[in-house]
Amino acid sequence: MAKIVYREEMAQGTIILNEIEAPRISRKAKPGQFVILQADETGERIPLTMADTDPEKGTITIIYMVVGKSTARFKELQVGDEYYALIGPLGAPTHVENVGKVICVGGGTGIAVLHPITRALKEAGNEVTTILGSRSYDLLIMEEKMRAASDHFHICTDDGSKGHHGFVTDVLKQVLADNEIAMVVAIGPIPMMKFCSLITKEKGVKTLVSLNPIMVDGTGMCGCCRVTVGGETKFACVDGPEFDAHKVDFDELAKRLASYLDDEKASMDAHKNCKAQ
Amino acid sequence: MSETKPKKEAVPRAKMPEQDPDVRRRNFIEVPLGLTPEMAITEAKRCLQCKTPACVGGCPVSVSIPDFIKLIAEGDFSGAANKLWERNALPAVCGRVCPQEEQCEGRCIVGKKGQPVAIGYLERFAADYERKNGAGNVPEVKKKTGKRVAVIGSGPSGLTVAGDLLLKGHEVTIFEAFHKPGGVLVYGIPEFRLPKEIVASEVATLVKMGADIQCNTVVGASVTIDELFEEGYDAAYIGVGAGLPRFMNLPGENLIGIYSANEYLTRTNLMKGYLFPKYDTPIARGKHVVVLGAGNVAMDSARTAMRLGAESVKVVYRRSRDEMPAREEELHHAEQEKIEFVLLTNPTQFFGDKNGRLTGMECLKMELGEPDASGRRRPVPIEGSEYKIDCDLVVVSVGSNANPLLTNSTPNLDLNRWGNIVADPATGKTSKRGVWAGGDIVTGAATVILAMGAGRAVANSIHDYLTLGW
Repeated sequence: MAKIVYREEMAQGTIILNEIEAPRISRKAKPGQFVILQADETGERIPLTMADTDPEKGTITIIYMVVGKSTARFKELQVGDEYYALIGPLGAPTHVENVGKVICVGGGTGIAVLHPITRALKEAGNEVTTILGSRSYDLLIMEEKMRAASDHFHICTDDGSKGHHGFVTDVLKQVLADNEIAMVVAIGPIPMMKFCSLITKEKGVKTLVSLNPIMVDGTGMCGCCRVTVGGETKFACVDGPEFDAHKVDFDELAKRLASYLDDEKASMDAHKNCKAQ
Repeated sequence: MSETKPKKEAVPRAKMPEQDPDVRRRNFIEVPLGLTPEMAITEAKRCLQCKTPACVGGCPVSVSIPDFIKLIAEGDFSGAANKLWERNALPAVCGRVCPQEEQCEGRCIVGKKGQPVAIGYLERFAADYERKNGAGNVPEVKKKTGKRVAVIGSGPSGLTVAGDLLLKGHEVTIFEAFHKPGGVLVYGIPEFRLPKEIVASEVATLVKMGADIQCNTVVGASVTIDELFEEGYDAAYIGVGAGLPRFMNLPGENLIGIYSANEYLTRTNLMKGYLFPKYDTPIARGKHVVVLGAGNVAMDSARTAMRLGAESVKVVYRRSRDEMPAREEELHHAEQEKIEFVLLTNPTQFFGDKNGRLTGMECLKMELGEPDASGRRRPVPIEGSEYKIDCDLVVVSVGSNANPLLTNSTPNLDLNRWGNIVADPATGKTSKRGVWAGGDIVTGAATVILAMGAGRAVANSIHDYLTLGW
């Protein structure tokens, strides 16, 4: 079980796509939900939101950036290999309804998370404007799929290699100024989500974000993923991962994500040395 | 002058050999080392073989205590293990974690005038002997009935239900959310109290008896109970435990370095954080640790922190030593390992640095007032007694509630107002036809043996249903 049936390397091998055999999960998964994966018995359990699901084939798709030991280990898995553990679908699904005009903002691998939500919003009859951002064009993922799920489509790159030379927030401000927007969904690095939220808060436009705290079990039994939303403690794995952006304490989330920086670095260094030998 | 018979020296209760506290407080090896065969036989001979044994009534699964002890006294250790298996699916576990002092040993007649027979040590001895020296035999299962039962949760109650139903010839599939079976036995109770190799061995016996264990399956997420019935299961048992950590909702509780006991123990025990970086999951190694709470889980957390290299570990509890709910044996082991008990003290808030890391905790002194609903004297704050404890790690160990993940996706299942499943106390039947429940998801957080006792009752009831009807 949890066998990789298709694999793709993107952005010079820094971003990997896995299509994984998971019939039960594929039939149940809704947009916004995630899975927990573990490469082997000594590995860490990490959450990844599903980028796509195919109930007929019985597969789910995840896209991840190689940033530490766990994702480095995932990258070593080839077609035919199995993940040691894969559970899901976890988290509360995105509430999707026809509200009129919506904006979907995605940054980096957040675009993978955004994809099923964008598609569902379009299928529900919303007019969808999508704004994608990446450091450079060769790091941009899922361009064609996102374009197909949108009515209006913008690309932003930090280095100007494609589309708007600048941040997604520049385009967001423009689209908000020119349209009556009912809802914004913003998924990406914390600073991106935080600044999108500040912009939409000023305009009073409802905004959803998908949070990415550290997790262990993923089913609400440990509290590792707790975040402060509206002054209350919520568990991202069962109450989220999506929350009302205007109520999220992004600064606390960013601090908690740094809980194990030293251990993570030590782990990655040891892994690299091991590979080098 | 009448000749007085020389008074026979009463044989004292066996003393369990243990690792020295100064050595064991820094390693994860099991603390009690186990009786030797000679010690076991000597202890077994202390049993009076009462005609109406009081001890059996104290056992939630009614182990035939004098019978298995007699076999040990005769040197038939395998026979003793087999006798245990007749009533107890997990004797190696029970011999280690049961509160015998409140159960079998608490009623032992020998204990009325002296020290009770060490029933727990003997149960552990027989089970360990069989595991190490036995032929790998398993209890004999009856003819296949063709009925299929879904057991949800592979903790102590689920494993007991599975074992009993397999013996009766039914087909059993155990669904477990984690990647390893055992529930609290594997994620909650530390290695130095219950080695995981033993849990794996007990589970392997069930597999040999025919159990199908499906790990990495979250019933309630990837499949619902109604769907399991559609897939052909005839009955279902919910033994998912009390998996929702309680926090104290104090200012600063989300600082880095504050853990629920569930997270702290899961990282250490299931994910083997104490072996980092051989195992990837990190666990904070606090220098000055505070554990909030005083139950068995709090003791497990405190003793774990000591083994992870703490310079000081304080258990902070709002009542006095007499009210501490942990087993006396656990309190004693903790004190030997130089864990301090800071009593009649309650936290009020936590402090951190600019990076959001915990640096200290403010507390208030308490005094005991009138008893509350639990019968324990209610702690009352002493005005103006605030003071600060410097710490870099806090483990919040104040209990667990019912996790709603499964119950939210199961219609027609009656719950009480805390989210626990309502189940008949004698049979474990829920309001949903074909579905039983037991253990912490019904009672709230309790013990391994109570969960097993519930499992025993449920298995009998499920068997009746499968053969006679609801």
